[in-house]
Amino acid sequence: MTIKGKAFVAGAFEHPTRLAPDKSTAELHAESARGALADAGLSFADVDGFFCARDAPGINASWMVDFLNLKLRHIDTTDTGGCSYLIHVAHAAEAIAADKCSVALITLAGRPRSEGMATGTTTRFGEPDLPNAPFEIGSRPTIATLYGMMAARHMHEYGTTSQQMAWVRVAASHHAQHNPNAMFRDVVTVSDVLASPLIADPLRRLDCCVISDGGGAIIVVKPEIARSLARPLVRVVGCGETIRTQSAGYPDLTRTGAEVSGPRAFEESGVAPADIKYASIYDNFTIMVLAQIEDLGFCPKGQGGTFVSDGNLISGVGRLPFNTDGGGLCNNHPSNRGGMTKLIEAVRQLRGEAHAKVQVPNCDLALASGPGGVIGLGHAHSTVILERI
Amino acid sequence: MTDQNTADGLERDPYVLNHPQTLPFWRAAAEGRLLLPRCRACARAHWYPRPFCPLCQSVDVEWEEASGKGVVYSFSIMRRAETPYCVALVTLDEGPTLMTNLIVGTSSPPSIGQRVKVAFIASPQGRRLPVFRPDDESP
Repeated sequence: MTIKGKAFVAGAFEHPTRLAPDKSTAELHAESARGALADAGLSFADVDGFFCARDAPGINASWMVDFLNLKLRHIDTTDTGGCSYLIHVAHAAEAIAADKCSVALITLAGRPRSEGMATGTTTRFGEPDLPNAPFEIGSRPTIATLYGMMAARHMHEYGTTSQQMAWVRVAASHHAQHNPNAMFRDVVTVSDVLASPLIADPLRRLDCCVISDGGGAIIVVKPEIARSLARPLVRVVGCGETIRTQSAGYPDLTRTGAEVSGPRAFEESGVAPADIKYASIYDNFTIMVLAQIEDLGFCPKGQGGTFVSDGNLISGVGRLPFNTDGGGLCNNHPSNRGGMTKLIEAVRQLRGEAHAKVQVPNCDLALASGPGGVIGLGHAHSTVILERI
Repeated sequence: MTDQNTADGLERDPYVLNHPQTLPFWRAAAEGRLLLPRCRACARAHWYPRPFCPLCQSVDVEWEEASGKGVVYSFSIMRRAETPYCVALVTLDEGPTLMTNLIVGTSSPPSIGQRVKVAFIASPQGRRLPVFRPDDESP
């Protein structure tokens, strides 16, 4: 069985806030859900499937479902970190194909900025019951150092340079200048990135994504419902998901789970990387975009540095327009989880609703892809391919 | 609880208490010895230690003393800390790669491929952790 064409994305909403000290996380979830339902032309009463991850308050979905007073017949609380919402789209399509629900609501929200969280520069995931913690947490790895080690190894093996990584940020900034909600709207140059202070060698401040409050929601529906709504038809055509381990002490830090999730999604959709008109690629750090572009098959392994250079990711300039909202690097990274915003911008592009300055002409096939968890500690990965018909 | 019972500090370390099967590793570390889990079925060592072999799923795993020598696989210096420190992945001569700290002077930054050897430092919780220093004897 395939989910190709079995489900449609009918609603998408990115919460406009980037700083929300006056709102609870539950309220941000609710506002995001309301926005996505209004976008689709549906109501809370239509929702019969709910998908959320650990950013939702409560130890499981019950608290959010009770808060929203939803009447459900399907629940999925798969949590794979930042890519949970990509996997939720895949699982929603599966549930709809199996007639377990008709209208699936997927929400994300969080307030790490208001809470003063030092997301990438403090040691996290160190609970004593974690099996790796006794042997790894004592060295105080932070997210930034783990991606720093990834970057250093990629540079060592393939000759990738800091200048090439900087081009990822430059492209994101070119897009963010047109997004009034983006945290950083100033266009930056390669020199600006290289002049920003080192955070975790070789990564500099502008190689790292923003910390923002906010949220987002997606509505996935069965085809009959999508066709009854006054929105462009965006269907799910292929999905892939995996967890890439540390291989029990034999890691390859230059490779990501996109090596598995990408080919699976392409196979299911029946398209190839060259067919993709727009790509949302989770950009927690510049190096991660470069490596995922390789692993998704947009270029051979080791040539990501050359591929991302010279504006090749800038809409209207390069071969692969990416993260035209400004991405996590410049726009938004609510709850430290980038999967939701990647889906939302892909839907905007497919509907022709991206900003005119970054809208890809005739954008009928888009990809959203990203990791969850942390590279070097075992990480999840998911890829979703969407088509406008 | 007497001093004798907590002589090596391991009985109060939550990271040891949660994983009782790792106690031999920490007792050896307290003596300055690095142990590695090696599978008697497939002959491979793995990391981080499990009471089974995650490479072939055999449960016939035993501790062996490692050489304590290896090469830097990658590293990154955390600059946003009161005292910057170096997180690294070191590939041991026995095969596995482990996450650790490199103890290096600011005048001699580390490099990928550099040979290093183990040393042990105390953790705040009590167990002693393997860290690595440049190994000048085997360039």
